Amino acid sequence: MLKFILKRLALLPLVLFGVTALLFSCLQFLSPEMRAALYVKDPRQLSQLDAVIEKYGLRKPLPVQYGIWLKQVAHGDLGYSETAKMPVADAIRSFFPATFELTVVTFLPIMVVGVFFGVLSAVYRDKLLDHITRFVAITGYSLPSFVLGLGLLMVFYGRLHLFPPGRYTLDTDMLVHADSFRHWTGLLTLDCLLNGQWHAAADVAEHMVLPAATLLYISVALLLRITRSSMLEELTKDYVRTARAKGLPERAIIRKHALANALIPVVTLSSLLFIGLLGGVVITETVFDFPGIGRWGVQAAQQLDIPGVLGSTMLAAFLFVIANLVSDVLYAVVDPRIRVGD
Amino acid sequence: MSVLKNIWKQLKRRPMSLLGFGIIGSFLLVAVLAPVIAPTPAGARDAYIIPQFGYSPDPVLPSREHIFGTTEQQYDLFYGMVWGTRTAFRVALQVVGMAMIIGLLIGGAAGFYGGWIDEILMRLTDIVLAFPDILLAVVIVAVTGPSLNHVMYSVMAVSWPSYARLVRGDVLSVKERDFVTAARALGASDARILFRHILPNSIYPVLVVASLSMGSIVITAAALSFLGLGAPPGYADWGQLISLSQNWIMGASGDPFAYWHTVVIPGLAIFLFVLGWNLLGDAARDILDPRQKA
Repeated sequence: MLKFILKRLALLPLVLFGVTALLFSCLQFLSPEMRAALYVKDPRQLSQLDAVIEKYGLRKPLPVQYGIWLKQVAHGDLGYSETAKMPVADAIRSFFPATFELTVVTFLPIMVVGVFFGVLSAVYRDKLLDHITRFVAITGYSLPSFVLGLGLLMVFYGRLHLFPPGRYTLDTDMLVHADSFRHWTGLLTLDCLLNGQWHAAADVAEHMVLPAATLLYISVALLLRITRSSMLEELTKDYVRTARAKGLPERAIIRKHALANALIPVVTLSSLLFIGLLGGVVITETVFDFPGIGRWGVQAAQQLDIPGVLGSTMLAAFLFVIANLVSDVLYAVVDPRIRVGD
Repeated sequence: MSVLKNIWKQLKRRPMSLLGFGIIGSFLLVAVLAPVIAPTPAGARDAYIIPQFGYSPDPVLPSREHIFGTTEQQYDLFYGMVWGTRTAFRVALQVVGMAMIIGLLIGGAAGFYGGWIDEILMRLTDIVLAFPDILLAVVIVAVTGPSLNHVMYSVMAVSWPSYARLVRGDVLSVKERDFVTAARALGASDARILFRHILPNSIYPVLVVASLSMGSIVITAAALSFLGLGAPPGYADWGQLISLSQNWIMGASGDPFAYWHTVVIPGLAIFLFVLGWNLLGDAARDILDPRQKA
C-alpha cells in the first residue's frame, strides 16, 4: 500500500509540469509584444515594449522561457498576480480558505441528501417517489449554475433582501481585519464564533447560503444517481435473497446488508466531488462574487494574468492528483476485495 | 428495423425519455422553421444578427410587438431565442462530434499500440483532466480572442479526454478477441483492423457518453459566453443573451422583477435544452446497459 501511494505521489511533479507546460504553450498564441503588454501598468511604458520583452525574455524559445519560470518557482517565487493585486502565494493563502469553507459547508448536505434519496429511490424503484426524486435530480443536473444563481439572486436578494452576494458586509470586513481579531482556523464563520462575534459569524454564514444551495442542487444529482444504481445492484444479490428468505425485516436488510455494500462506489465518488468543489467552482463563485480560488482563477485567465493562472491551476492540479489517490486508497479500505498496487 | 422497434418499445416504457424526445424534437422544429417563425428583416446581411429596435440601454418588457421583450441595446429577444436554437444545436453537435472523434483517435491509438505510445497519450489525457473546471477553456479563448468558434474549439480541447479513456479501455478488451486475431492472420493492415474491426465494436459506450455529455457541453459553452468570451453582443446565442442580462437581475429600484424576462427566458431555454439531452442520454444508457435491466 505504501509503495502504491509513493508511486502515485511521484506522478505529482509530472502532472504539475505537464499542466504548466501546456499553459505556457497556449500563451505562445500571443505575440511577444502582446505578452509584454501584460506587464505594462502605465500607458507611457508602451513605447518601451522592447525593453520589457528583453527583461522577461519573451522572445526566447518556449522551453527557455519555461525554464526561466521553473527556476523562479524553484526559488519559491510564484510571481505577482495582477488580478489579485498581491503575490500569488498570498493570493492562494487569501482565496483558498474561502473556497475551503464553502466546500465544507456544501459537502455534508450533498452527501446526506444524495445518499438518503438515492437509497429511497432504489427501494421504491419505479414508484412515484422514485420518479419524483429522479426528476428533481435531473433538473438540477441540467440547470446551468449561472442561470440558477442569477434566479436565486433575483428572488432572494433582489426581492426579499436576503442572502447578499460577496463574502461579508463592510462591518464584518473591518472587524476581521482588525488587529484584535484572531484567525484560529482560517474558517471565517468558526473564527468569528471563537472571537465571540456572533453577528459577524451570522453575516458570513448568510453570504454562503445561496452559493451553497446552488452547489447542492446542481451536484446532488450525480451522487443520487450513483447511490441509486449501486443500491439497485446490491438488492438483486444472493445475500439479500438469503436475508429475505430467513425472514429478516426489510428495513434491516436495507440498512445493515445492502447499504454497506452499496456505499462503496459512493465513497469513491465523494472524494472526487469534495476536491472538485475545493478546486474552485468557477461560475458559482463568479455569479455570487464569492472571493474564492475559482473566481480568482477565471479572472486571471480572462485578463491573462499569467502568474495568477499558473498559480491557481497548479493548486487545482495538485488537489486533483491527491483526490484521485485518496479515492483509490479509500476504495481499497472500504472494500477488502480490492487490493491496490498489484 | 427490429432494432428501431426495440428502442421504441423501450422508450414507451419510460415516460421521462419520451419527454426528452419531445423537448429536443420541439427545439429541432424551431431550429428548422426559424426563418418562418422569426423572419429575417429584409436587407439583413446575416440572419444570426438579432435586429435592433433603437439603442436605449434599458430592456423593455414583453409587448405585442416584441413578445419576449427586448434586451439592453434593444435586441429583439424572441428573434434571438428562435435563431439561437440553431446556434445551440450547432455548438452541441459539432463540439460533441469533434470531441468524440479526437477521443476515438487518441484512445484508439493508445489502446491499440500500447507501450510508450499509450503511456504518452494517456499522460496527456491526465494532464488535460487535471485542469480545474473550465479554466483551460477560458485560457484558450482568452489567448485566441473571444468568438463563438473559439469557444467551440476550446470546449472541444477540454472535453475529449473522457472519450479517450473510455475508448482505450474498450479497445484493450476488444483487441484480444478472436475476430481481431483472424483479421490479422488474413494480413489486414493496422489501420484496417483499428477502423473496421476494433472501433465499430467499442462505439456503443462512446455514443452513450456522447448523448449524456451533450447537455454539459451546452452548459460549458454557455458559461463561457456568460463570462463574455463567446459571440459578440447581438449574435443569436442563448449564452450571450444571458450575459446581456447580468446587469438587470436586480431590476429597477423598488421593482426587483422589472426586467425578469432578460434572465428567465434565455435561462429557461438553456435549461430545457440541456434537460432534453440529459433525459435522452439517460434513456440511451438504460437501454444499452444490460446491467440495469430488471
